Amino acid sequence: MKMVIIAGTPGSGKTSVLMHAIKNLQDLGLRAAVVKVDCLWTEDDARIKRLGVPVRVGLARDMCPDHYSIYNTEEMISWASSEGADVLLNETAGLCLRCAPYPDRALAVCVIDVTSGPNTPLKIGPLLTTADVVVATKGDLVSQAEREVFRERVVEVNPGCRIVEANGLTGKGSRELADIIRDSRDIEGEMLLRHNPPLAVCTLCTGELRTAKKHHRGVLRHLDGFTEYVGE
Amino acid sequence: MIITIKGGFDKDGLPECVRSVDVSSGEVIGIVGPTGSGKSSLISDLEQFAQGDTPSRRYVLIDGFPPDPEIRHDPRRKPVAQLSQNMHFLADMSVREFISMHARSRGRDPGLLSKVLEMANTLTGEPVHADDNLTELSGGQSRALMVADIAVISDSPIVLIDEIENAGIRKKEALRLLSGEGKIVLVVTHDPLLALMTERRIVMRNGGMAKVINTTDEERRFCDSLFRVDTWLLSLRELIRRGEVLSATEAVI
Repeated sequence: MKMVIIAGTPGSGKTSVLMHAIKNLQDLGLRAAVVKVDCLWTEDDARIKRLGVPVRVGLARDMCPDHYSIYNTEEMISWASSEGADVLLNETAGLCLRCAPYPDRALAVCVIDVTSGPNTPLKIGPLLTTADVVVATKGDLVSQAEREVFRERVVEVNPGCRIVEANGLTGKGSRELADIIRDSRDIEGEMLLRHNPPLAVCTLCTGELRTAKKHHRGVLRHLDGFTEYVGE
Repeated sequence: MIITIKGGFDKDGLPECVRSVDVSSGEVIGIVGPTGSGKSSLISDLEQFAQGDTPSRRYVLIDGFPPDPEIRHDPRRKPVAQLSQNMHFLADMSVREFISMHARSRGRDPGLLSKVLEMANTLTGEPVHADDNLTELSGGQSRALMVADIAVISDSPIVLIDEIENAGIRKKEALRLLSGEGKIVLVVTHDPLLALMTERRIVMRNGGMAKVINTTDEERRFCDSLFRVDTWLLSLRELIRRGEVLSATEAVI
């Protein structure tokens, strides 16, 4: 079985790219199963179900959505196997830019919106730099020159990636993405993340509401860049 | 160079009436049809050298063969320059930074910036400066810069133009700059003058190529009077823009 992680910035069109890819995978004779991870709420599963593929939703709620995705990788894989899937597609919630929720053996797809401007590839870090495939969406809303400048910036930070220009409305690029998925390797054995998660568990994650510095613990960085460990 | 468009399917999934169109270097072809008839999709198929993998399932061939897959992706090798309908830049950077970076992405000399600016400023009344921010340019300035960028930086054997008439720039001059010498030019247009300036025009209907019309001699003769009307309209527009009041003498073509 193959596993595809579809991550990307909010509103970049991950779900549309995913849905067009599913149709093209079906044309190629591959059976897909989808796990949609979100933070608090989603109804995308109903849209995806209409394509006739098994869908599961995972809501991370109080947990970091990327950590939730990674923590449940084994469960997702065994569920997709039991559904007889050839390809497990996992769409992440895509909020935090510090993590990259990509296990090494999965195909890592980063969906990014060209209208967010050519500086965005420099801002989003490992989510983009450790991806195998970068799907650039909404290119029809900008000039060819802007698409090419955007592409140049993506290549600067991730020279080895495949760039697919896609349109979530027309399905442009989805056949190319489906071909890449078909040709990707199978997952097997223990998988490692491609990039280390943030420096420590954050005090905010454990429920701290007070903003004053003295209440925060862990590896902390000041505005001037000074980094220290506060705790036992 | 000859590019061939192999017909695919229209919006109802029926085969397009036109099964194949060849366009050779030096030809200017129009694409006409109502809004939503598939003109921009045809341009998009050409821009990405569709290989049966777009919604229309058309194929685009170069000299009779599918192009090397690499040229579909690498702007340094892509033989296509496209002027789309977009009227504004969204990139938050200076004209200098943007044009230099675009030159790099196309493997051209970033020093071409001054040539781009010089050409852009022949198309628009409001000069564009290297240190202007892209997002602050007016619609006319943006279009002028896009046209000049295509003519100088993306200088390619195939030029695709998705409407030039509503750009607030000198459209005939822009078409001349974009067409260059010996290029394949496809231009989407609603403008009768531009449509009749082409040698042939593809008529789009319901997402498919319905027919190809050769511009007749009769139509060409028409072109001269259309040109006079167009020049007249432009001069009236200029007077109104300048805040003048029109008099009866202006009512003569």
